[in-house]
Amino acid sequence: MIPLITGAEITFWIAGPLAVLGGIGLIAFRKAVYAALSMAFTMVNLAVLYASLDAMFLTFVQIIVYTGAIMMLFLFVLMLVGVDTPDSLVETLRGQRVAAAVAGIGIAGLIVFGIGGALAGVKPVGLEAANAAYEGNINGLSALIFGRYVFAFEFTSALLIVAAVGAMILGQRARVRHKLTQKELSKVRMKAYADQGVHPGSLPNSGVLARHNSIATPGLLPDGTVSDHSVSETLAARGVIVDAPAMSKATAELFGSIESTMAEEGEE
Amino acid sequence: MNDPWWLMLIKVVVVVVVLLTWTIFNVWFERRLVGKMQHRLGPIMNGPFGLGQALADGMKCLFKEDFMPSMVDRVLFVVAPLIAGTAAFTAWAVIPLGGEVEMFGIKTYLQATDLPVAVLVLLAVTSVAIYGFVLAGWSSNSPYSLLGALRSSAQMISYEVAMGLSLVSVFLASGSMSTHDIVEAQRLPMTPFGLSLGLQNWNWLIMLPAFVIYVISMVGETNRAPFDLPEAESELVSGYITEYSGFKYAIYFLAEYINMATVSAIATTLFMGGYLPIWPLNLIEPLNNPWLGPIWFVIKVQLFISFFVWIRGTLPRFRYDQFMKLGWKGLIPVALVWIIVFATFTELRTTDLLNGPGIYIAIGVMALLVFGIVMLTDRPEPEPPPIPTGEVDAFAGGYPVPPLPGQVLPELSAVVASTAEVAEPASERSE
Repeated sequence: MIPLITGAEITFWIAGPLAVLGGIGLIAFRKAVYAALSMAFTMVNLAVLYASLDAMFLTFVQIIVYTGAIMMLFLFVLMLVGVDTPDSLVETLRGQRVAAAVAGIGIAGLIVFGIGGALAGVKPVGLEAANAAYEGNINGLSALIFGRYVFAFEFTSALLIVAAVGAMILGQRARVRHKLTQKELSKVRMKAYADQGVHPGSLPNSGVLARHNSIATPGLLPDGTVSDHSVSETLAARGVIVDAPAMSKATAELFGSIESTMAEEGEE
Repeated sequence: MNDPWWLMLIKVVVVVVVLLTWTIFNVWFERRLVGKMQHRLGPIMNGPFGLGQALADGMKCLFKEDFMPSMVDRVLFVVAPLIAGTAAFTAWAVIPLGGEVEMFGIKTYLQATDLPVAVLVLLAVTSVAIYGFVLAGWSSNSPYSLLGALRSSAQMISYEVAMGLSLVSVFLASGSMSTHDIVEAQRLPMTPFGLSLGLQNWNWLIMLPAFVIYVISMVGETNRAPFDLPEAESELVSGYITEYSGFKYAIYFLAEYINMATVSAIATTLFMGGYLPIWPLNLIEPLNNPWLGPIWFVIKVQLFISFFVWIRGTLPRFRYDQFMKLGWKGLIPVALVWIIVFATFTELRTTDLLNGPGIYIAIGVMALLVFGIVMLTDRPEPEPPPIPTGEVDAFAGGYPVPPLPGQVLPELSAVVASTAEVAEPASERSE
């Protein structure tokens, strides 16, 4: 067994405060992503503490499962949903804060007295003796997990599966109509082309003028009119579309004057 | 194994230097090899064999302006590449480059450190590295980056499951999670049918399904072609590194190539016998010198990297849903079944049940299992649509279509029927 750092005490006084700092950050940060990250930071610091206590397996399982999988899932949701605006401090449920405070104190009491009571009468045998019983730390852990506590683990996993399936069912949205596949969509496009002459290919690009080439610039058809399909409907609804015919007006006028001059010359 | 601090320092410095130079070499190696596969030369102009090209590209990245877009999250935009780079280097702390040697009078392994749970360290480091990619995408404040980052993390998390499951049989066979012990377990001789050929106890042969699953998932894990969906340039510009440039971009580039070397090194260590000499060279006693270990190791890892380049030059990119389907519906179930099969066989062998009738029972059960899986997954072929006969509707569905075999052209059938030679096939068709 190789301890990562020899002084477990030193590690405790470095990693412990950092873990607490991460915990404070979880509550104090206004940005949701920062809060999630400070929680991940706390978890990594806990892993360092486990390592300083020679619990190597727990260290890396903590990082793989909690930091790698669970916090990543949280981050995923935060980023995808875009929950990044600070919540308002108006209480929507009446008495929620009081209830939360009572529950918090209750859980703290449970943890302190529960764990304290469980440890009060126990004499620690030490890591050496515990490892010697099964010839190694991991062997001992696996013997306990798959031996004495196998039912507890199986029941927990069954509970988790039930919870996951339940969440999936609750979150499921029944489709009223069958979702169109790629093939069906292409058939629909060809049908529209056959019936109404809708162009089956991709939509025209946005326009490119001397001063503007943004997606808000509509493309112009050969006769100088605007192609409605060349700009997004969202932009049209917002009313941010650049007035392309007005911008090409100067060019059109120039061409018009040239043409009229040429026509006059031709007449002469 | 408790090394003095100066020995540790030597090892760590050597590992970092080796990784940096190896990455530069690998960039050149990949460009030359993929060039060969595509009938072109690749970089040849600068330095011997064009080796200076990769170095020059790296230096250019270092001296470029450290540009940062205006709307990014400044803290995380800087922290993200640091996480990715650190994780890439950390993984090599537990990878054995060689066996036990004597260095300055101290017996030590040619690896930075060995833990009883060394393989778990590799998995943990990978899962931390995902933060580097996700935060890069989020802090860039660009839809392309965010989508690339989400794809990348979803991909790495899914394929890490398959990867972890494929490693279980290695742990079962070697009875350890320490990388050194796993390699040493493969040193034991293998005697197929009682033949003593000096074969090593290769894990890749004993647990071939696990090896195949690992090799597929390692490509998915490193975001390399054909699984390079996070950086799919036709959809996402450059994925999570769209907004990066200069030194930060160089760190991502470095991390990608180190990760490629890392997963290859894990494959070498767990399945290919790590630093052990390649059969039949292990029969020559001087080649078993532990100081030669790094050479064998590097050769094996380089072969894996060539494999990466090979599939990059050969296979087109997957579609994202197909890729996820392969991971969750293909690799993970197969890996789970394989674990059960392998654990059963290991247990039967240790309890000596495989000698005598036990082996026949086991093989029978296995055959039934395989038969059952094949029968269950065998779906009936869809009935072909009926071939239309009669007159062809030239504008079926509104757009011009050619006649199918068995259909008659309406106007032409009357016209061509007048000439005797051409009329025959038409009459045949109408029958």
